[in-house]
Amino acid sequence: MINATLKQQSALLAQKKLSSVELTRFYLDRVARLDPGLNAFVTIDAERSLAQARAADALIAAGGAQPLTGIPVAHKDIFCAKGWRTSCGSKMLANFVSPYDAHVVEKLNAAGAVILGKTNMDEFAMGSSSETGYQGPVKNPWDPTRVAGGSSGGSAAAVAARMAPAAIGTDTGGSIRQPAALSGICGLKPTYGMVSRYGMVAFASSLDQGGPMAKTAEDLALMLNVMAGFDARDSTSLERPAEDYTRALAASGATGRDRPLAGLRIGVPKEYFGEGLGSDVAAAVEAALAQFEKLGAKRIAISLPNSGLSVPAYYVIAPAEASSNLSRYDGVRYGYRAPEYGDLADMYAKSRAQGFGAEVKRRILIGTYVLSHGYYDAYYLKAQKIRRLIAQDFAEAYKQCDLILGPTSPSVAFGLGAKVSDPVQMYLIDIYTVAANLAGLPAMSIPCGFGEGGMPVGLQIAGNYFAEARMLQAAHQYQLATDWHLRQPAGTE
Amino acid sequence: MDWEIVIGIETHAQLSTASKIFSGAATQFGAAPNAQACAVDIALPGVLPVLNKGAVERAVRFGLAAGGIDVINRRSVFARKNYFYPDLPKGYQISQYELPIVTGGAVSFLTQDGEKTVRLTRAHLEEDAGKSLHEDFHGMSGIDLNRAGTPLLEIVTEPDMRSAEEAVAYAKALHALVRWIGICDGNMQEGSFRCDANVSVRRPGGPLGTRREIKNLNSFRFLQQAIEYEARWQIGTLEDGGSIQQATVLFDPDTGATRMMRTKEDAHDYRYFPDPDLLPLAIDEEMIRRIESELPELPAAKRERYRLKFGLPSAYAASLTQSIEVATYFEAAAAELGCDNAKLAANWILGELAGSLNSAGIDISASPVSSKQLAGLLLRIHDNTISGKMAKDVFDAMWAGEGDADSVIAKRGLKQISDAGELEKIVDGVLAANPKSVEEYRAGKEKAFNALVGQAMKATRGKGNPAQINEILKKKLAR
Repeated sequence: MINATLKQQSALLAQKKLSSVELTRFYLDRVARLDPGLNAFVTIDAERSLAQARAADALIAAGGAQPLTGIPVAHKDIFCAKGWRTSCGSKMLANFVSPYDAHVVEKLNAAGAVILGKTNMDEFAMGSSSETGYQGPVKNPWDPTRVAGGSSGGSAAAVAARMAPAAIGTDTGGSIRQPAALSGICGLKPTYGMVSRYGMVAFASSLDQGGPMAKTAEDLALMLNVMAGFDARDSTSLERPAEDYTRALAASGATGRDRPLAGLRIGVPKEYFGEGLGSDVAAAVEAALAQFEKLGAKRIAISLPNSGLSVPAYYVIAPAEASSNLSRYDGVRYGYRAPEYGDLADMYAKSRAQGFGAEVKRRILIGTYVLSHGYYDAYYLKAQKIRRLIAQDFAEAYKQCDLILGPTSPSVAFGLGAKVSDPVQMYLIDIYTVAANLAGLPAMSIPCGFGEGGMPVGLQIAGNYFAEARMLQAAHQYQLATDWHLRQPAGTE
Repeated sequence: MDWEIVIGIETHAQLSTASKIFSGAATQFGAAPNAQACAVDIALPGVLPVLNKGAVERAVRFGLAAGGIDVINRRSVFARKNYFYPDLPKGYQISQYELPIVTGGAVSFLTQDGEKTVRLTRAHLEEDAGKSLHEDFHGMSGIDLNRAGTPLLEIVTEPDMRSAEEAVAYAKALHALVRWIGICDGNMQEGSFRCDANVSVRRPGGPLGTRREIKNLNSFRFLQQAIEYEARWQIGTLEDGGSIQQATVLFDPDTGATRMMRTKEDAHDYRYFPDPDLLPLAIDEEMIRRIESELPELPAAKRERYRLKFGLPSAYAASLTQSIEVATYFEAAAAELGCDNAKLAANWILGELAGSLNSAGIDISASPVSSKQLAGLLLRIHDNTISGKMAKDVFDAMWAGEGDADSVIAKRGLKQISDAGELEKIVDGVLAANPKSVEEYRAGKEKAFNALVGQAMKATRGKGNPAQINEILKKKLAR
C-alpha cells in the first residue's frame, strides 16, 4: 500500500477494495506513529479529514469519482483551507483559522481529495531547510539528524516517509524542488501563472507558484491535472485550455520501447557543474544523464552565462516583495498582537518583533532597504534587469535543447542547524533552482541516486514555458527504467 | 511690494462604481462599520487584488473629457505605496506612480477675467483607505474598512492658479466635469470629492517659492479660506524675514487657520514599486473608441452650441452648463419651446426656477416643476394667454404642486382677456366712468392715460392683455 501510486490507490478505491475512510485512517495512523520523530505535520484534524473521506466514499458509491477522489493529500501550511488553522510556519499566524479556501484547495476538494493535514515549513516559506518555522525543524526521514530541505520540507518528508501518498507545496526559489531532492521524492514547480496563487499566503508574488509533490512523475501529473487552471481571482493566472498531463507520459518515439526518449535534446549547462557542486551529487547526476542518453535523448552542452547572478538577483527581488507582502501582519485585524504595548507604533513594533522569527525579519530588512529611496535603482531595478537577462539565457538555450537537466541542489541534505547561523551559505543552496522562478519557467526534481551518508540526490528537469507534459514524460520514462523513486527510508515501513 | 500666490490642486474623486477597485465588495456610503469589507479589503493572508474594469473605464472617460485620446496611456502600472496605518489593511496602498493612466489634459472655465485654463499634470487610479474611529471605544480606536478599496481618481494640476478664487473656480469646474461625465457623484459631505491645495508665494516673475500642502479640503468654502489663510501666513512669514519649510498642513475650519502636520524631513519613504499581483494595465484603441462614443457632449462644446444655435450670451451659456442636470433641463425645455424661445427658457431657468430651487435648497434634478411643465408655462406667455407677471403666480402654483400651467390657469381663471370685443366693452365702461381723466388726457396730460389703463386692468381683474387695452384706449380717445 505505502508504495502504491495514486493511480493504483485510485483503482483500489474505484473497485471498492478500499474505502477512502480506510485509506485516510491508514495514513493518519502512520502520521501518529512516524511524525513525532519527523515533525512534518503541524496540524492534524482527523475528524475533519475523515468527514471528507466519508464524502469521497459517497461520491465513489454514487459513481461520481474522479482520479483523486478519496486520496489523502498533505497540504503545506501556506494554503488557506476553510476551518483549518493556516499558520504558515509563523507565530504571527499561530491563531489564524482560515475562513476561506485557496483556489488549489477548492480544486482538490472539488476533485474529492481529502486534506490529510497541514505540513510544516520554513516561516512564510523563507528558508531552504524547514528550520525557521516556529513549530520547530522538520527532520529528514532518511536521517533525522539532517534537514528535509525547504521551505516545503514538511510536505517532502510526509511523502518520503509514506505518511501521505501526495502533497502540495509552493516554490518561490526552489521550495518544492530542493526539499523533494533532499528527501528523495518528486516535486514540480509549474510555469508561473498555471496554478492560482489565490489563497496561498504570499511570500514573493512574482515568484511564488504552487505545485505537486509525490513519489512518481505519474503522480505529479495526476495532481497537476487538478491543481492547474485559470482563476479570475489571481490577475497573474493564465487562461489556457486544460491539458491532461498524464496523456503524454507513455509516449515514446518512433524508435520503439527501448529508446523512448529518442529525439529529445537535453541541455546540460556547464555552469551547473562548476565549483560548489558536491562530487557525490555530480556523480549521481552524471549517471542519470547517461541513463537519459541510453533512453535515446541527445545530450547537448549549453551555457547559461548569467546563472551566477540569479541568487543575488533573487535575494533582492524576493525580500523586496516579501517586505511589502508581510506588512499586513500588523496585529490590528488578526494574527499575533503583543500582549503589552504603549502607543500604536509600539504595538506594531512589539507585535512584529515578537511575531516574526529571525529569518523573516532579516528578509523584511533586506527588502525594505532595497526599496528605499536612493537604493531602489541600484538594487531593485538592477535585479529586475538581471531577471530579464536570465530569462534571455533560457530563451537562447531552448533554441538548442528541449529540456535542461542538472543537479537540483549542490549537496545532499545537511545536518540540522549546520547552516542556520550562516544565511549566505543557506542562500547559495538555491543556486540551481532560483533561475526558473526568476524566469517563470517550469522545473521539477526527481530522485536519481544517493550520495554522502546514503542521502538522496535530486535531478532537476527544467523546461520551456508550458513544457510540463514534456518534462513529466521524460521523468516518467526515466522512472520506468530506474527504481530510485521506489526507495524508501529505513524505519518508515 | 507685490506677492504672487501660486496654487496647484490635487483632487481625489471617488469613482462611482458599485463595487471596489480591487474586490467585489459594495461601495455604498453609510453602511454599518465593516459590513462592506470582504476578505480582500481586510487583507486576509493569501487574498489578491483583481482590477475593477468600471474604474478603468471611468478614468479613461475622464482622460477623454480632459484631454482626448492622446492623454490616455495605453500602458500604465499599479504600484504599492508602503506605510503602516491601522486603516490601511495591507500595509500598502495600491496606486499608480511612475506610469499613471492619464498624463496631461486641462480644465477650462469662465472667470470674471475671461476664460482660464488649468493644465493637468496627471490623473491616476488608486484605492482609498478605511477610517479610524476614535469615539466610543473606551480609550481604544475602532477601524471601519467599508471605505478601504473604494476607487479613487487622483487628479493633479500644474501650479497654474494664482488666487483662492481661481482655485475654487477650478475645483468647481472639475467637480462639474466629473459629475457631467458620470464618473463621480461629487458628494463632498460624504468625501466623494476632496481637494489638497499646494500653496506657495513668490515675487511676480521670480522663481517658485517653497510650497506647503493643505490636506483634505472637503468644501469649496474651506478650500478658499484655507488658501487665503495659508497665503497670508506665508507672506507674513517671509516679510518678517522668515523662510518657508516644505510641509504638509491641515486646515482647521473652527479657527480658520492651517497647522503643521509634518515637514519634509519626517515625510514617509513610501518605497514605491510595481505591484507584482497586478499586470500592467493595457488599454486598447477599441476600448478608447467605445468610451469616446459614449461620452456626453462636454460643457465647452455645449457652451459654444448654445451661443451659436440659441443666440445666448456667454454668461448664460456658462450658467446653463454649470452642471449636466441644468443643461439637460434647459435643453428639454428648449426642445418643447423651439429655438426662438430658448432665451425665454434660459431666463426662467436661471431666474425664477434657480431662485426657488436655491431658497428651497433642492437640486434641479429634483425640481417640483419639470422642464416640460416649465415649457408649458412659457408657451402660455409666448401665445399671450397670460402675462409675464401672471406667469410668476402660475409658476408658484405649479411649484406648490397644483398641476401644470394650463390647469392652474383654468382653475384660477387667470386666462388673459384678449378678446377685442370684450375688451372694447370694458374700455367703454371705463371711459364712461372716468370723464375727468378723459378730459385731462385730451387736454394733453399723458399721465391721465396711464390712470385709464390702470382702471381698465382693474376692471379685468388684471387679466386684460395690457398691450391690447393700450391700443383700444388710444383708438377710442383719438376719436
